[in-house]
Amino acid sequence: MSAVLPASTALEDTQQKSEGVWHAAWRRFKADRVGLVSLCIVLAFLLMIILSVTGLIGSKWQDEVGVPNAPPTFIGPKPAAEMGAIQSPKGPNVDLSDVDPLAPRYAEWDEKAKQFATTETVKLETLPLGGDRLGRDVLAKTIKGTEISVFVGVAAALVATFIGTLLGAYGGFFGGKIGDFLEWLYNVFESIPNILLIFAFAAVLGRGVESVVIILALTGWTGMYRQVRAEFIKHGSREYVRSAEAIGASNFSRMFRHILPNVSHVILVRTSLLTVGFIKVEVILSYLGLGVRVDQVSWGTMLAEAQSELILGHWWQLATATLFMAVFVTAFSLMADALRDALDPKLRGLE
Amino acid sequence: MLLSIKDLKVAFRMGKGVVAEAVGRGNSGVSFDIPENSTLALVGESGSGKSVTAMSVLNLLPDNAVRTGAITWQGQNLLTKSLREMQAMRGKEIACVFQDPMSSLNPVFAVGDQLCEPLMKHLGLSARQAWKRAEELLGEVGIPDPTRRMKSYPHEMSGGQQQRVMIAMALACEPKLLIADEPTTALDVTIQRQIIELLGKLKTTHQMSVLFISHDLGLVGEIADHVVVMRHGLIREQGPVARIFADPHDDYTRALLACRPSLDVNPARLMVIDDHISAARAAAAGEATAAEVQAKPKDANAPVVLEVRGLAKSFWLKQGVFGKREFKAVQNVNFKLRRGHTLGVVGESGSGKTTMGLTLLRLHEPTAGEVIFDGKNLLTLSAAERLPMRRRIQVVFQNPYASLNPRFTIGQTLIEPMTIHGIGKDTAEREQRARVLLEKVGLDGRAFGKYPHEFSGGQRQRVAIARCLTLNPEVMVLDEAVSALDVSVQAQVLNLLKDLQDEFGLSYVFISHDLAVVRFISDEVLVMKDGVVVEQASAAEILAAPKQDYTKRLLAAIPRGYRAAA
Repeated sequence: MSAVLPASTALEDTQQKSEGVWHAAWRRFKADRVGLVSLCIVLAFLLMIILSVTGLIGSKWQDEVGVPNAPPTFIGPKPAAEMGAIQSPKGPNVDLSDVDPLAPRYAEWDEKAKQFATTETVKLETLPLGGDRLGRDVLAKTIKGTEISVFVGVAAALVATFIGTLLGAYGGFFGGKIGDFLEWLYNVFESIPNILLIFAFAAVLGRGVESVVIILALTGWTGMYRQVRAEFIKHGSREYVRSAEAIGASNFSRMFRHILPNVSHVILVRTSLLTVGFIKVEVILSYLGLGVRVDQVSWGTMLAEAQSELILGHWWQLATATLFMAVFVTAFSLMADALRDALDPKLRGLE
Repeated sequence: MLLSIKDLKVAFRMGKGVVAEAVGRGNSGVSFDIPENSTLALVGESGSGKSVTAMSVLNLLPDNAVRTGAITWQGQNLLTKSLREMQAMRGKEIACVFQDPMSSLNPVFAVGDQLCEPLMKHLGLSARQAWKRAEELLGEVGIPDPTRRMKSYPHEMSGGQQQRVMIAMALACEPKLLIADEPTTALDVTIQRQIIELLGKLKTTHQMSVLFISHDLGLVGEIADHVVVMRHGLIREQGPVARIFADPHDDYTRALLACRPSLDVNPARLMVIDDHISAARAAAAGEATAAEVQAKPKDANAPVVLEVRGLAKSFWLKQGVFGKREFKAVQNVNFKLRRGHTLGVVGESGSGKTTMGLTLLRLHEPTAGEVIFDGKNLLTLSAAERLPMRRRIQVVFQNPYASLNPRFTIGQTLIEPMTIHGIGKDTAEREQRARVLLEKVGLDGRAFGKYPHEFSGGQRQRVAIARCLTLNPEVMVLDEAVSALDVSVQAQVLNLLKDLQDEFGLSYVFISHDLAVVRFISDEVLVMKDGVVVEQASAAEILAAPKQDYTKRLLAAIPRGYRAAA
């Protein structure tokens, strides 16, 4: 007991830290090709969002750069519409200066107008992915819309995860009166049809990104709560938690230092599934006019606009928004799937 | 010859060209024969490849297993059979009984339905015939009132009864060979005895052979005709049981025989495998080995550290809609534990011994009684007063696979309790102390940064003991601390516990169902049954003159190895 370890060996030992759970998960994840590709797609979206937030791209989405409903470049400009020829008047020209009370001032106004330079902005005939009814660039609009939609999805999922995990942990760990109360709360939330609950919150909170996040988080935590609670009940009676109690670890430490890391994979996967779900719900809300404000754009508002455009044959806004959403949601789901496979200890076999 | 295994090698493909050899090493494989109407026992520690060998007979291995060699069953090579042909054989010709009956039975079907399935599938009986036959089988394996039990679900039965059902299921199609993979390891000693007797009886009535897999050579001696000892994927020794016990040729076999605590001799230390093998080498080289140390007597007047008076614990069971019924798990337990002494608590599962241990620590809230520790009643302390007491009474749980947090490194596991109780100035000092303790329990410093899943059961149990020691406890409650371990590993851990007791003057409350183990380590023994202490005496006295029938039964249940007369 008196022998002191030489410093060099102690150092050597600490560096021999073994592969942790997360390292092992990453190793398994790398072997999953589908997961890796979807991770790359999600990262690409993330990069785009970062650029959009910093204003490098998509910040000018509100500029009316093209002609109204400019078609995408690859289709080519609209053929000039045939104007119906106007019948030219046949009678002789009549001098109206006698009866026109403003006639003496025309010259003066022309003088004044000359003091200002007028520039005629040339509206583009075509845009890369087309323009909307005001001639705004659909590509820029979609990039900005991606930023908001993904932000709403991720933020709402994080808040919902926080609420669900916290309540689930307390409900599952303590049980008894606290557990009963939380179960009651959960049942109240679950017994109301989801869409009705969302509308009720939306009606109270009004429009805007923040309200959408709050609405989604307040209605979406129940699934997370149920799952985390079940995990905490299961782990709470495990011997390693008992052992922690025996060495005097506090309730808080047992809940969040011992049990939480052991159920984190469940929470992580659930969070990514929630993100996908919330992105879709945001689209529905915005489509119904309960989503983001009018001066903001999201995938949902774009789809809502597309409804009236489609009748006129302007399909590009719908197509672009759908494409972005489909690619992101699919990639995110596949990534979550691969993540679950990589993290699920049950698949680890006899270790 | 019923089954003949020649040069069998089994390896698992681990991906990327990595192959793990499970049975056989290099060019040498495993060979043995099972004659008709005989019992062959495969003995070895976990990881010795004994289960893999047995499972490869029926090809019940994972898909990544590669088998080479020959397995001949009545003249046919089983390795070349298709899956369909194997399925026709499974259950009909060769049947299996596994270790854990609870997870082998399907919880949503009644026992009768599960028994009828193989009868209808393999023997083509009608539903009514099958039901009748199943009932006979249940009666044959000794389940009382089989007519009623046919409709029971697995959770309504005890572990021993479930194992009987598994055996009945295996017998359903009159197999010629029964493979029993550690069928009694999960059971109490008394139940183990019954199952062993049942298997012996069925072997003669059904004219079948048994391939019995176990880590306990003592148990095997009572049932086997031939013994095959395996270690590290190779056969160390094989022969008739009488020869193996009377004249073991291999050092490892001798060590296995010596490492189980027995009732006849009580050494101060148990032989462990490595000791034994090195001692044998030394003897062969003509050196004298150290004489066996006799247990030194303990100070009978050592101060009492823990006194328990009238401890009781009841659970309330719901009955009907509003009714509650009291279930007395522990009643009126009294004892005094002196410094440096060990109190053994013995009983079958359900006897309340674990509940008693957890109540002492207040991991369960007691119903009545006093636990006097250092002049204070632990059971009336407030939460704040309890924390310093927690430090001084520690617990080691049964299952080393479950009692360590899988997401903590061994270092984190050891440092956490010191941080909570403010032992050591800073993390560096705590780490230093943790490393010293790791060496004390026989693990090297490299273990510090590893995770629990990288260790074997015995090593994990050492970590759990080291975690307790970080707090300098005075009393340790060992709740079936060695029951989940192999006999050889069990011996190492028991020795470690004794050494630590001598060095630190620890007092133990040692809870176990195995009287032989309790006798080895304890000074005083409490025998519990249905929550009541039925007998309380010194360890030697309990062994020499048990007063209660229950104690006698426990004693009789301990495997005694091969007896020529038996």
